[in-house]
Amino acid sequence: MVDVLAICAFHAAYAHAIDSDELERWPSFFTERCHYRITHVENEREKLPAGIVYADSRAMLEDRIAALREANIYERHRYRHLLGMPLVESADGGGAVARTPFMVSRIMHSGETGLFATGEYRDRFVLQGNRLLLAERVVVCDSTVTDTLLALPL
Amino acid sequence: MQESTIEWRGPGFTRIPYGVYSGPALAQQEQERIFRGATWNYLCLEAELPEDGSFRTTFAGETPVVVVKDDDGEIYAFENRCAHRGALLALEKSGKVENFQCVYHAWSYNRQGDLVGVAFEKGVKGQGGMPASFCKEEHGPRKLMVARYCGLVFGSFSEDVPPLEEYLGDEICQRIERVLHKPVEVIGRFTQALPNNWKLYVENVKDSYHASLLHLFFTTFELNRLSQKGGVIVDESGGHHVSYSMIDPAAADSSYREQGLRSDDAQYRLKDPSVLAGFQEFDDGVTLQILSVFPGFVLQQIQNCLAVRQVLPKGEGRSELNWTYIGYADDTPEQRTVRLNQLNLVGPAGFISMEDGAVGGFVQRGIAGARELEAVVEMGGEATGSSEGRATETSVRGFWKAWRHHMGA
Ligand code: FES
Ligand SMILES: [Fe+2]
Repeated sequence: MVDVLAICAFHAAYAHAIDSDELERWPSFFTERCHYRITHVENEREKLPAGIVYADSRAMLEDRIAALREANIYERHRYRHLLGMPLVESADGGGAVARTPFMVSRIMHSGETGLFATGEYRDRFVLQGNRLLLAERVVVCDSTVTDTLLALPL
Repeated sequence: MQESTIEWRGPGFTRIPYGVYSGPALAQQEQERIFRGATWNYLCLEAELPEDGSFRTTFAGETPVVVVKDDDGEIYAFENRCAHRGALLALEKSGKVENFQCVYHAWSYNRQGDLVGVAFEKGVKGQGGMPASFCKEEHGPRKLMVARYCGLVFGSFSEDVPPLEEYLGDEICQRIERVLHKPVEVIGRFTQALPNNWKLYVENVKDSYHASLLHLFFTTFELNRLSQKGGVIVDESGGHHVSYSMIDPAAADSSYREQGLRSDDAQYRLKDPSVLAGFQEFDDGVTLQILSVFPGFVLQQIQNCLAVRQVLPKGEGRSELNWTYIGYADDTPEQRTVRLNQLNLVGPAGFISMEDGAVGGFVQRGIAGARELEAVVEMGGEATGSSEGRATETSVRGFWKAWRHHMGA
């Protein structure tokens, strides 16, 4: 039975991987066929399907990281994720559906820290072996405005 | 208002004084002479006003505007500003209304922007009220002329603006028609806050020289290379442009590798190429078409990734870019999935366009303290006309031709 604590531990590891620049580990939190999308409340309310980031395989997430490392030009920065308590909507021996609020601040290489995004993860977890993995994560941002660029994953 | 003190050396458009990207006086003049002047501002898509009474709030430059469909089937636009004390009339981004009532003192307006009701106009119990001479017809928010073309809704505050199709010209019209030849559907909206003056973003859009140099994705995956077949169209006014190209694997060449350019990386491959997988939907072979209309409208076709963009100034050193992603109303589910995947190329996290969001800021920060210096815009010569090659800044010069014309500079 997947419980709140297991989900909390998952979130902590997920956030740590991103915030400590171990981006190559980020795709490993997902199942091979998965859905990851970053959107905002208004698109969700109107059921508009497009995302700022849109992926339906772990390989696409790996490509994102490779692009950040090798292809894209952006200024160095890092994130600090703060995650709230998961609200578990359903859970059983095979997985769970939960939503978890997040705040992410961005620390620029020039030294400033600013609040970058707040919102909610809408997650569907599955248990594979004894590992919890994300089959779906929809990142619903509260703000409809995104600052300049969104390079690192949320 | 104080005239701005920008000095243009010579009549040409190959030297852009850095002073034009900052300064409150200039920003105010732009509002008056460009956004409220004899230009057409993109307001919204017809598809976003599906029913009688549907409205959207938007902007012409910094001026808040309401666009609404009345039950005569016409679209009306007026300032989003109450004629009483100036409060916003419509607070939501979109919705459906019978009429508009200001929340402050409940003055009301019909869908065409006419003031039709003043609360307690005759006073209360014989006391107060508006003077007998007050005439509602004489008060109202300023109205915009509205023109529609291929499902796009444009508005203008000026009586002197030519009719929309004349403003756009034949070639631009044809290229809009090419993409918007059938009904579209909105599939998502995102706003990107840019740390730079609005003109730097518009120039970036018109700059066909940078695209395959800054964006490794474009070059490495042969989505867009200067060596591909294509061209740049600039209209008579200079203000509108189209740049287009055709992917042709047979024509792959080594010009990037020979110059040792970072953006051509043969080692770089995708594990899941669905972001690049597309289908042919235009029979002219054009796989990339970026089109802009002066002052701040962009229509984009990058493979099957379709979007309109609205560039809005937000003070002198900031701007907002509104992305409206679209598909056709008759898309199959498979076609829709292709568009959703390809959208990874654009927007604030786009494999291609995240960089455009960043470079505007690099320029804005780079030119601080250099008001008396100027940019060099000489690629491809001095002309502002159409060109077959894309290693040219002709449409950037065209933008300045139009800008100087409207600004009287
Ligand atoms: S400001 Fe609108 S009614 Fe007074
Ligand atoms: Fe670009």
